[in-house]
Amino acid sequence: MEKTTFDPKTIRKDFPILKREVNGKPLVYFDNAATSQTPQQVIDAIVDYYSNYNANIHRGVHALSQEATDRYEQARIKIQKHFNAAASHEIIFTSGTTHGINLVANGFSSIVKAGDELLVSAMEHHSNIVPWQMLCERTGAVLKVIPMNQDGELLLGEYRKLLSDRTKLVFCNHVSNALGTVNPIKTIIDEAHKVGAAVLIDGAQAAPHIKADVQALEVDFYTVSAHKMCGPTGVGMLYGKEEWLNILPPYQGGGEMIAEVTFEKTTYAELPHKFEAGTPNICGGIAFGAALDYMNAIGFDGIAAYEHELLIYATERLLTIEGLRIYGTSENKTSVISFNIEGIHPYDIGSILDKLGIAVRTGHHCAQPIMDFYKIPGTVRASFSFYNTKAEIDALVEGVKRAKAMLI
Amino acid sequence: MGIKEIQEEIVDEFEMFEDWMQRYEYMIELGKSLPLIDAQYKTDDNIIKGCQSKVWVHAELVGDKLVFTADSDAIITKGIIAILIRTFSNQKPQDIIDSDTDFIDEIGLKEHLSPTRANGLVSMVKQLKMYAIAYQTQLN
Repeated sequence: MEKTTFDPKTIRKDFPILKREVNGKPLVYFDNAATSQTPQQVIDAIVDYYSNYNANIHRGVHALSQEATDRYEQARIKIQKHFNAAASHEIIFTSGTTHGINLVANGFSSIVKAGDELLVSAMEHHSNIVPWQMLCERTGAVLKVIPMNQDGELLLGEYRKLLSDRTKLVFCNHVSNALGTVNPIKTIIDEAHKVGAAVLIDGAQAAPHIKADVQALEVDFYTVSAHKMCGPTGVGMLYGKEEWLNILPPYQGGGEMIAEVTFEKTTYAELPHKFEAGTPNICGGIAFGAALDYMNAIGFDGIAAYEHELLIYATERLLTIEGLRIYGTSENKTSVISFNIEGIHPYDIGSILDKLGIAVRTGHHCAQPIMDFYKIPGTVRASFSFYNTKAEIDALVEGVKRAKAMLI
Repeated sequence: MGIKEIQEEIVDEFEMFEDWMQRYEYMIELGKSLPLIDAQYKTDDNIIKGCQSKVWVHAELVGDKLVFTADSDAIITKGIIAILIRTFSNQKPQDIIDSDTDFIDEIGLKEHLSPTRANGLVSMVKQLKMYAIAYQTQLN
């Protein structure tokens, strides 16, 4: 890939946290796949909300409420445009990806019947497994697994064999959190639609790197978390095709989601409010919009190219360490490297890296089936963002070497 | 020697170390050198699952004292286990119940015994105390 002119030095100035030290060392933050850091522009949006127009939305007659409502709904439109949804009411604010998945799984409990089949990929996060297992327990539907190969790629031939007229739903991540694999979701969606099955894509790990176009994908549901893409925690979005969102029953009852309530009968509000019971995370939604503005101003093409450069550099450098094995070796992956060193537990490496001011994730990454597949207790995962640098990768490589020397 | 004395002894030992590197190297040595648990007790029943590392604990009463053996699949965790076993094993159940693990702060390893660190160690300490309570009831 061509070298980019991307300037991380300027970008880093937007992130106050990157100036801090940990254990007396400059922070090297490589746990971006767990949560991204927050630029000043997003912090300012949060401060602005609470300083200037904090009010409950959608029902106040006063000016502040009106202003907060406008800004919240503007954020919804920013999200709609970012993911290219056909209408803003197809965007449901959630507390995050997990909430989005649970909302859909719950809705399908009145649609799915005993004997129906649901297909899940072998590389899902627990949050895209457990809600569906609960759905199967409630309905008597059967969960089947799309297998993967040693490189961490789904076996599409096996997937096609699993599809039948019994298949009602397919769910898969766009990018694997533990391996970084970018899944061929367009093919997965098209094949599922041929047998009449709906598809939910967990976009949590893709959203910071790839701008998904839900109309071009023709996906039925796509869900993300704001905190993985420079936004705050506790807010996310679920995209659903209008026809599906009209079919699915509400998830939670409460204020905001109703049209009329009597003790005899309640009628529900129109989309998107039908799925947004209670006072939402207003500030979070607005800050999510600010995060999208921030990332789009930098541009996803530049972000993806620079992160790919970091991935290639880190992969080459890490592989110079004897005994180091990378899990997730697909050609098509985001800037995530999951690795182990022969004979060393990932927790031990992570503990020593922490002492050196380097933040990585260790463990099973809420994807135990993947760890079982490779027969390992977990991995060390370094995940890079567009504000990271090659010098930080050098620090990681030196840190891993030091940890290895201490632990072997 | 009582639990408090042993803990003070460990704090003294760790005071010799100048930085975290030396402390960790010592811990890793402790972890590597100690055969901690008999293979027959390394069963699923005795396992404590942390998000990160696995910990096994076995307890038996010898006379009026409780003897602990334990192990982990991570070496730093194992090093801390070696220190905990040294303080709590071969002690009377009531003394174990009355004791604390504050000395871990003093030797600069508090992050590993933090309730927010999912390595199984906090659950292990809880488990040691549970055994002590159970055996104390028997002794009564």
